[in-house]
Amino acid sequence: MSAPILVLVEHADGEPDRLSLEALAFGASLGADVEAVLVGPGSADAASRLGGRGVARAHVIEDARLDAYAPAGYAAALGAVVDARSPSAVLAPGSDRGTEVLAHLAARTGLPMAANVVSVEPGESWRIVRQRWAGSLLEDATLDAPIRLMTVAPHVVEAPEAAAGPVPEVVTHAVDLSDADLVVRVTGQEAPESGRVSLTDAKVVIGGGRGVGSGEQFAVLEELAALMGAAVGGSRVATSLGWRPHSDQIGQTGLRIAPELYIACGISGAIQHIVGCKAAKRILAINTDPDSPIMAVADYAVIGDLHAILPAITAEVRRRQG
Amino acid sequence: MNILVCVKRVPATGGRIVLTPDGQEIDTRYLGFTISPHEECGVEEAARIVETHGGSSAVLTLGPAAAEEQLRDAMAIGIDRAILLETDGREYDPIATATAITAVIRDQEAANGPFDLVLFGNEAADTGDFQVGIRVAVALGRPVVNGVKGITLTDGSVTARREAPGGGWETYALPLPAVLGVKEGLNLPRYPSVPGRLRAKRKEVERVAPAWSQTGPIKLGLRVPEQQGAQVEILGRGPDAAPAVVDLLERIGALGS
Repeated sequence: MSAPILVLVEHADGEPDRLSLEALAFGASLGADVEAVLVGPGSADAASRLGGRGVARAHVIEDARLDAYAPAGYAAALGAVVDARSPSAVLAPGSDRGTEVLAHLAARTGLPMAANVVSVEPGESWRIVRQRWAGSLLEDATLDAPIRLMTVAPHVVEAPEAAAGPVPEVVTHAVDLSDADLVVRVTGQEAPESGRVSLTDAKVVIGGGRGVGSGEQFAVLEELAALMGAAVGGSRVATSLGWRPHSDQIGQTGLRIAPELYIACGISGAIQHIVGCKAAKRILAINTDPDSPIMAVADYAVIGDLHAILPAITAEVRRRQG
Repeated sequence: MNILVCVKRVPATGGRIVLTPDGQEIDTRYLGFTISPHEECGVEEAARIVETHGGSSAVLTLGPAAAEEQLRDAMAIGIDRAILLETDGREYDPIATATAITAVIRDQEAANGPFDLVLFGNEAADTGDFQVGIRVAVALGRPVVNGVKGITLTDGSVTARREAPGGGWETYALPLPAVLGVKEGLNLPRYPSVPGRLRAKRKEVERVAPAWSQTGPIKLGLRVPEQQGAQVEILGRGPDAAPAVVDLLERIGALGS
């Protein structure tokens, strides 16, 4: 029996999250047994939702001291499963927390870690391809260590719909935690603004760039978005000029989105922006310049001034919705 | 308050990235260089904290001799002193980088007293390794949190604010000394003034030779990903294109049932 591959699965309200399901699918493609690791409250519930995803076992650590997320404490928990299972590799989703926990494990063990891997060929020496510049460049590399630590780049594989299949065997673990593991933990939370549509969950995202012209003029984007439950974001120009809060930035130093449709309005398409939106299923560019770089990645385009085009689209949607 | 901010010199890429013929590096002949964006905010924050709370600030980078330019940029907006871990241009992997930075922090602290706060960028724009700050913090036995977009200092502790998974914000309270990985959005960095630039030009840069090691990942080469070859379909020009756009929205079910 060859060594398994462990995959850290993030979850909320008893449901595994999308990037973690992608990481499981990525792990399953590597030809070893995949075992999930779930830490924190709701882990057992989330483990029971992993049926039909090729997960042989789910390791669960529910410890009251880890009720609040604690990066080092989570790494200690993951480390306990690593010690118990001697995996060939540990994968984590390339999310803020997944990356942070795996980096802690790497630091504690002295093992190398590769972030945002897009493909892996296990062998005598493990060949990997990983993203640099948030995916504007790819690096071919080798990663050789007793245990290979890798985060899986978001949206390089699809998380398949769960098929009917056996629910993984659940194994619960206890973990030794030191005081130092629990010093850094979430001590306060602020709920998202009510009624706000999340850029990472929305089916349609409307983004605005320099061509919008000002913060106030985002109103034409907001109006169309409100009609269809879409989220509104901005390019780095829009957030640097204070037209949108930084948390709405789509791009290398902001969010990576993967909606069904991304409508890029007045955005020329610098590579730093493209890496944030290229996982969208379809891109519609609305731009005065038919030669702008965004056209190279767009599936559809409307040429012209967004300030005339967006209100016309809004009016047409209203007309059809009666 | 004594603060150290660690930065990286990266090429200022705008359009398409071009590689050298051997595929080992970005062709930077026609590019300028900058401080990696998250770390620009780290520099600004360090300057603001010292302006508000007093104390002193230092900037550190591991890079080639030319990275002196980024250290002077940081001093031009108000960082007091600079340390260059001068390489021969080879790329240091995350473990080698963290080991060298940890060693220099220990030496600096033995000579000048402890840093209350060490700031890193969440990840460097170029290599995107997401781990150097955490490795340094763990080696020093200090608390660390990444992704920080808000810093509040009170007596002996720091409150760090970052975006929570699924929206909203979460906060962490860390005792000092601490390490933070910061993200763009923390602040809007200022432009250096002319007197600031002149002052920075006259300051000494302390040089240290970092030890080299290689654990991995070991780079074989770089390549530009193939662009999805989709041909763009022009739906129309101006407001007249609205019906075609709404047809598309209906087709993908964006308007609900």
